[in-house]
Amino acid sequence: MGDVGLSLAIMLMFVTFGSVSFDDVFRSTSAASEGTLTAIGLLLLLAAAGKSAQFPLQAWLLDAMEGPTPVSALIHAATMVTAGVYLIVRSNAIYNAAVWAATAVVIVGLITIFMGAIIGSAKDDIKKSLAGSTMSQIGYMVFAAGLGPIGYVFAIFHLLTHGVYKAGLFLGAGSVMHGMNDDVNMRRYGALKGLMVITFITFMAGYLAIIGIPPFSGFWSKDEIIHAAFERNAVIGVATILAAGITGFYMTRMVAMTFFGKPRWEDGVHPHESPAVMTIPLIILALGSTFLGMALLFWGNIETWLEPVTGYETQPTPLPTWVYIAVTLTVVIIGAIIGWITYGVRPVPIDPPRGSWLTRAARKDLYGDTINDVLVVQPTYATARVLTWFDAKGIDGFVNGSARWVGRIASTLRRSQTGLVRSYALSMVGGVFLVVLALLLVRMN
Amino acid sequence: MSTIPWLTALGVLPLVGSIVVAALPRARHTLAKQVALAFSAATLLMTVVMALQFQGDSTEPFQFVESYPWIPAFGIDYSVGVDGIGLVLIALAATLVPIVIIAGWNDVEEDDGGSVKGYFALVLVLEALMIGVFSATDLFLFYVYFEVMLVPVYFLIGRYGGPQRAYAAVKFLIYSLIGGLFMLAALIGLWVVARQETGEGTFNYLSLVELNIDPNTQKLLFLGFFFAFAIKAPLWPFHTWLPDAAAQAKPGTSVLLIGVLDKVGTFGMIRYLLPIFPAASDFYAPVVIGMALIGIFYGGYVALNQNNMKRLFAYSSMSHFGFIALGIFVFTEQGVSGSVVYMVAHGLSTAALFLTAGFLMSRAKNSPLLSTYGGVNKTAPVLAGFFLVAALSSLALPGMISFTGEFLVILGAFERYMWVGALATLGIVLTAAYVLRVYQRTMTGPLNPDLPAFVDLKAREITALVPIAFLTIALGVLPAPILNVINPAVEKTLLISELKFESAAFVEVPAAEGVSP
Repeated sequence: MGDVGLSLAIMLMFVTFGSVSFDDVFRSTSAASEGTLTAIGLLLLLAAAGKSAQFPLQAWLLDAMEGPTPVSALIHAATMVTAGVYLIVRSNAIYNAAVWAATAVVIVGLITIFMGAIIGSAKDDIKKSLAGSTMSQIGYMVFAAGLGPIGYVFAIFHLLTHGVYKAGLFLGAGSVMHGMNDDVNMRRYGALKGLMVITFITFMAGYLAIIGIPPFSGFWSKDEIIHAAFERNAVIGVATILAAGITGFYMTRMVAMTFFGKPRWEDGVHPHESPAVMTIPLIILALGSTFLGMALLFWGNIETWLEPVTGYETQPTPLPTWVYIAVTLTVVIIGAIIGWITYGVRPVPIDPPRGSWLTRAARKDLYGDTINDVLVVQPTYATARVLTWFDAKGIDGFVNGSARWVGRIASTLRRSQTGLVRSYALSMVGGVFLVVLALLLVRMN
Repeated sequence: MSTIPWLTALGVLPLVGSIVVAALPRARHTLAKQVALAFSAATLLMTVVMALQFQGDSTEPFQFVESYPWIPAFGIDYSVGVDGIGLVLIALAATLVPIVIIAGWNDVEEDDGGSVKGYFALVLVLEALMIGVFSATDLFLFYVYFEVMLVPVYFLIGRYGGPQRAYAAVKFLIYSLIGGLFMLAALIGLWVVARQETGEGTFNYLSLVELNIDPNTQKLLFLGFFFAFAIKAPLWPFHTWLPDAAAQAKPGTSVLLIGVLDKVGTFGMIRYLLPIFPAASDFYAPVVIGMALIGIFYGGYVALNQNNMKRLFAYSSMSHFGFIALGIFVFTEQGVSGSVVYMVAHGLSTAALFLTAGFLMSRAKNSPLLSTYGGVNKTAPVLAGFFLVAALSSLALPGMISFTGEFLVILGAFERYMWVGALATLGIVLTAAYVLRVYQRTMTGPLNPDLPAFVDLKAREITALVPIAFLTIALGVLPAPILNVINPAVEKTLLISELKFESAAFVEVPAAEGVSP
């Protein structure tokens, strides 16, 4: 579906600009009407949504977690899924000229930030919880990209920091699963911090990075996005802060359920630290989770890095920057405390409680698959069944019916061919009579 | 221009081969197969040598031209020649025949309705006729090839097919004969019109395109040809012979039937309908585009609901033929070029699908049902790999030649009618759905416990599949060689048609510079 969006966007570009090279198209956006550019922008958004698991094409990502953990880490967290973000940032010339398309990007990003965070808060499967988190964090990137020149570079900044810390978290989860006989259920974890020290410490680096505690890398990139949101509009700014709080909640929940509390292991499970081949990548990624944000910001001049490509501007915000940082951190810590009290202080039941309606919905991926099933899959198969029936009974029925009909006429006619000379003679006499009659009629006229 | 009668020689070579094969003693199976393979390989070699001498930038309408009077009383000549379109389709036929012979080495058995040598002799006869039909430049000659082709196909299905082969073969024959009958009537009509206009009846293609036929007459004559072509390259609703034929025929027969022979229909649309009946083509374009769109979705939906792989591929082909017809009747350069590329791509992907599925079925008592299989990639990874390549080629993954064709077709449609292009794009989603469904049902998941013990592909089978996979990917990555041959021919075709119009009915678009974006 996303690819349909991309194909159509490319064709619309070709028809409009006579070219599909980035260079030609982006140089000549001023020549196209805003309506066309909006259409291209929305189609590109559709493409980005498909690739980057954004609403309404988000459902596949959670199912993709059935794959092996390193694949999840590389493809479904760090690299491939962020291609949609890249696409939007790359196409900045289009979005700069099409306000409505850019607004749609912001809205899609915002919806996905919350959907992912809510799903991540409810899942007991550690990988699916992380997948929800990925959706949410990519939501941040898409959101930032929709903000325009104040946000493009931070979308890419967050893409980079997230790529590193989320890969670390996924591989950390893989290390935990390795020690737990490939069990993914966090309700069966607990108290692993002493048994899997390296995994624990590296996971904590990723944890602090994703919830955005300074000086870990996620703080810098997410904070910039939140600040950029306030530059545009206070409402969406508040929303991003709120989502950061939920991030604090679900990540604390994950850490608490996995590494703290009492052991709730299944019989026969003997948790142990993973071999060096697994822990060394974790250490490297943990270092990145800790330092990459600072490195890019202070030594890499990330803010102006993309200026030649996307432009970069800042707008004044009503309050000084430190206020936003303080508020964000407070909300994140409140979220973390709630998570800690619920899952760290109180015992975690092995059987999941029934939960609120929201929890139940989130466990089912906010009914993403169900909605797809009812809206797309079922009608498609129903159409397929009806058309198959029609093909057999309608078209082919007509064809075979005609054939039978011809056959019936033939067998009727065959009866006249009796082989009896007398009846042939009779029909000859009849024929002669008719011919004579016809001739007489013609003569008379 | 060379003086060697390339095209005649190319047609005669497999014909001689078929006679030699047929003359062999009945019991010498292996020898018959070897001789058939040798002749088809020689034909392929000769095609390659000929193709290398083809001038891509020639201003002549046809190359390798030969012309001899045949029935002078009616202005009928034996005249042949190819443009870029005819050339790639001949090359497709010449490539697929040896592959089919290798793949079908053990498909036929002596008591199987007909003799072993008979099967291979018929395949060679068919090859000769396919080369003939794509190279004829006399409309009567084309008609003769078009009709005579039915004979070997009828026997290939009716003698060597599955349990309901008689039904399928007769259905194919009747459908085709009815189409051919309409075409014959239109052909005679065309001759009469030519005589009225020029004082001399002719079937010569280049003379016929010069005619200025009254639009109402065009509309009538167009229909005659169109019925024949729409049945041959089955467009909705003239398609129901195809699933039956495909389900009953041997995989190799299906490859030649759907992969090459059915392209005569779409080839005919480009070669004959557009240039000879431009006004009528324009008049009926909305109808044909409608049929094409219905076919794309109808075929896709029905394919989604099939449990029989062979029928599924047949419906999938119907959907693909919808794309091809769509590209032709939007009259844009991209669309028509895309259609020709699509024909080649579809020939290759059909071959890959039917042959791989055939190899799969030969390992499980020839069951074509999806439900028979499951988890095959665990016991036969090589087979599963080739099946995946075939499936991806069918769903037009970027990097495969089918993508080039499909993209150009949709782009061409999009240029002319934006919503048609957009709608056709949705057809891709459906294609992905049914293709991946086949792959998942057969290859992935737990191994079906009812499957008999399985061996992976043998060297002979791999030999048959490798060239297809290679061409699919090589031409997908680098479509320029094939587009450079096709584009001038398409341009000429559209130019000839355009000349007939008073108004600029064709949208002139900037050239895509030969390479798909």
